[in-house]
Amino acid sequence: MNIKFYSLLFIGLLVLSGKLFAGVEIQRFENAQQQQQYKKLIDELRCLVCQNQNLADSDAELAQDLRKKVADMIVSNKSEDEIIDYMVARYGDFVLYRPPFKLQTLLLWLGPFLILVVAVLVLVKNIRAQQAKEKITVASAQKEKARQILEQKEGEK
Amino acid sequence: MNRFALPLGIFTLLVVLLAIGLSLDPREVPSPFIGKPTPVFSLPALYQPDQQFSPQQLEGKVWLFNVWASWCVSCRQEHPLLMQLSKQNLVPIYGLNYKDESNDAKQWLQQWGNPYQLSAHDLTGSVGIDWGVYGVPETFVVDKAGVVRHKHIGPVTVDALENELLPLVKKLQAEG
Repeated sequence: MNIKFYSLLFIGLLVLSGKLFAGVEIQRFENAQQQQQYKKLIDELRCLVCQNQNLADSDAELAQDLRKKVADMIVSNKSEDEIIDYMVARYGDFVLYRPPFKLQTLLLWLGPFLILVVAVLVLVKNIRAQQAKEKITVASAQKEKARQILEQKEGEK
Repeated sequence: MNRFALPLGIFTLLVVLLAIGLSLDPREVPSPFIGKPTPVFSLPALYQPDQQFSPQQLEGKVWLFNVWASWCVSCRQEHPLLMQLSKQNLVPIYGLNYKDESNDAKQWLQQWGNPYQLSAHDLTGSVGIDWGVYGVPETFVVDKAGVVRHKHIGPVTVDALENELLPLVKKLQAEG
């Protein structure tokens, strides 16, 4: 009986889960290219209300309005750049999930590489130090051995 | 001693950076409108739907543009302060009633008081988008030439009013 109950529950939840994806309204476009453009844009634009979501993921009212705006602009044959410019003019660079490359964002873009370079330099320095230390210990080990052999020879005489 | 200097230095730097990070408010997105002319629009007034309001009508005046809605919880929070400000007659407050039913909005104003000279009724939210509104309430300061000079995001607090908004208003009013 238990198994039957759980499988029914499971199937029920599975059926209901479809509802969860129904949050995003469907926009109709004339062709697949427009559909693709729409998808790309709402993936790249940030929802300003829930800042770590893009327009495609967010269910906030503003996100719905902005999705509609994007769809309207695509239908009226606005180019991708025009739509991006429209959003940036109103909400600033923050609306872009991929920040533009400019003086203010230089550190943001190049920072990781800077850290990588520093890390590699530190690594190289450490390896060199380690090798030098090994050389010294090897050398002193050899000396010790030589001394032992010499002592042995002395003793034999 | 020297052995600890580097890790300690890195740790201190990290603490300082994290402290700065904590003190920043990520919700305060800098508005691209600061220093630019107000976005153009024409909307019906809430109480006189046949009368159109547009920011150009206010040229020559310093004014506050407060975005509000009856469904907005934090608008209630700043409302007494706006009421007080409107009684002081320091600066005219104009409202943008954002994505609100006109009846709900009127009822809200009746219940809590109306600090606005006039509220423009933006039912669809399209003017809100043009002004880059993303978190109601928001308050813009517009100068005599019709240039947006400041944007306050979220409810106006006593601190923000006395230290940011009013000093700026006074400065702008003194400008030619």
